[in-house]
Amino acid sequence: MEQKQFDKIVDQQTPKTPLFVNMLKAFLVGGIICTIGQLITFFYIRFFPFTERTAANPTVATMVFIAMILTGTGLYKKISQIGGAGSAVPVTGFGNAVISASIEHKPEGYVLGIGGNMFKLAGSVIVFGVVSAFFVALIKTILVKLGVVSW
Amino acid sequence: MVNTYGTIQFMAKPSIASTGVVVGPVEKESSFAEEFDEILPLENEKDETFERANTRFIEKACEVTIRKAHEQMENIDVFIGGDLINQLSPTNFAARQLSIPFLGVFSACASSMESVILGSLLLESGNARSVIAGASSHHPAVERQFRYPLEYGSQKPGTAQWTVTAAGYALLQKQAKNAPIITHATIGRVVDGGQTDPLHMGAAMAPAARDTIERHLTNTNSRMADYDVIMTGDLGKIGLSILKEMFQDEDSGVILQDAGAQFYGEKSFYNAGASGAGCSAAVFFSYVYNQLKNGVFNRVLLVATGALLSPLTFQQGETIPCIAHAIECRMEKRG
Repeated sequence: MEQKQFDKIVDQQTPKTPLFVNMLKAFLVGGIICTIGQLITFFYIRFFPFTERTAANPTVATMVFIAMILTGTGLYKKISQIGGAGSAVPVTGFGNAVISASIEHKPEGYVLGIGGNMFKLAGSVIVFGVVSAFFVALIKTILVKLGVVSW
Repeated sequence: MVNTYGTIQFMAKPSIASTGVVVGPVEKESSFAEEFDEILPLENEKDETFERANTRFIEKACEVTIRKAHEQMENIDVFIGGDLINQLSPTNFAARQLSIPFLGVFSACASSMESVILGSLLLESGNARSVIAGASSHHPAVERQFRYPLEYGSQKPGTAQWTVTAAGYALLQKQAKNAPIITHATIGRVVDGGQTDPLHMGAAMAPAARDTIERHLTNTNSRMADYDVIMTGDLGKIGLSILKEMFQDEDSGVILQDAGAQFYGEKSFYNAGASGAGCSAAVFFSYVYNQLKNGVFNRVLLVATGALLSPLTFQQGETIPCIAHAIECRMEKRG
């Protein structure tokens, strides 16, 4: 059978990814996660001596903590099956990647197992996060120097 | 007699004397659940690694097989088996426990039929009297090796399949009483349909299944309609419809079936169906075997399909080469 003919059959028989529905679900799930994050930020500003700028750190920590509990109880992957990128992109997705890898590699020991594999999935997020942060900061520095924007 | 084009005709009537299928808790939902010998309540015991659990499933399946045939472990000449974990460690470790001369085989999910073919050849050549052959897969162990950590939230597409936790083994003996006979086997070729998506294995494996089925039919001078069923291992629902489309045979619609497509029925949680070396082994050695024994099926072609990829080759951008091994079983009329 010709490769072209086979590719055509595969194409015909494979159900199309419901892009619009998936995007809508991702928007809703991601939106809900971010709304919860926003509420936590307000909570820290209202009840603790944090400002809008400094509340981000404890918020992120709290969100990762929630993600940890959801991952450990097996709920996060169920949310992800619905949410897709909506649950992968927020910081909870990062937490899920770190924690799921840690749980997974426990049998191989604390050092080589958990320590060595914890950032197996999240490592690339850190690498590219830092790299892109560097370039964004560089661009902004140049723009500030040129007087286009201010800090 | 010279066998050509990979099809072997067995003259010594190697037969499947008994089978043993042990599955995990998720497989309780299978459409074939009633046919399995044992359904274990846990994927792994407390403080037991998934890989170690896989070993235990294999040991258990072998014990069940031998017990059902009223045989003793020490009377088995050769143990042939395979699984999906690196270096076949679960099967190797099971062989340590079983202490039977051992051959480890790997052709991914087609390992079940590769074991049976090799076992039948040993019987045919007169170098063994009893061979235990089969394969296994263990969902969490396979998933963590081939894909992501179990609890990692990644969205599975509709083409994805669920690796089963199951070990299926068969005891092969010459001319066992009231048992299906293996008359022919066709050794698969590695076929590459140019597919690259590891979450769409059905499309990758369909060309290999087609190649093996077509060669088997040609080499044995048969037509599809001569069989009660031609069952592939784990193409899944989409893979099966691709295969049917490739054949364009008027009989392919009914006769071509797939163990993976039927394994979990219509439950959408499992997407396109089941997969794994244990999938074909579990269904062939329970449901199909029982149907043969009960005289519902008289002649079947069992085609186990395997995708020969590794996480490494996939990440390096290689396409997915696949293989399919087939055996033909017949039940001789009683009387």
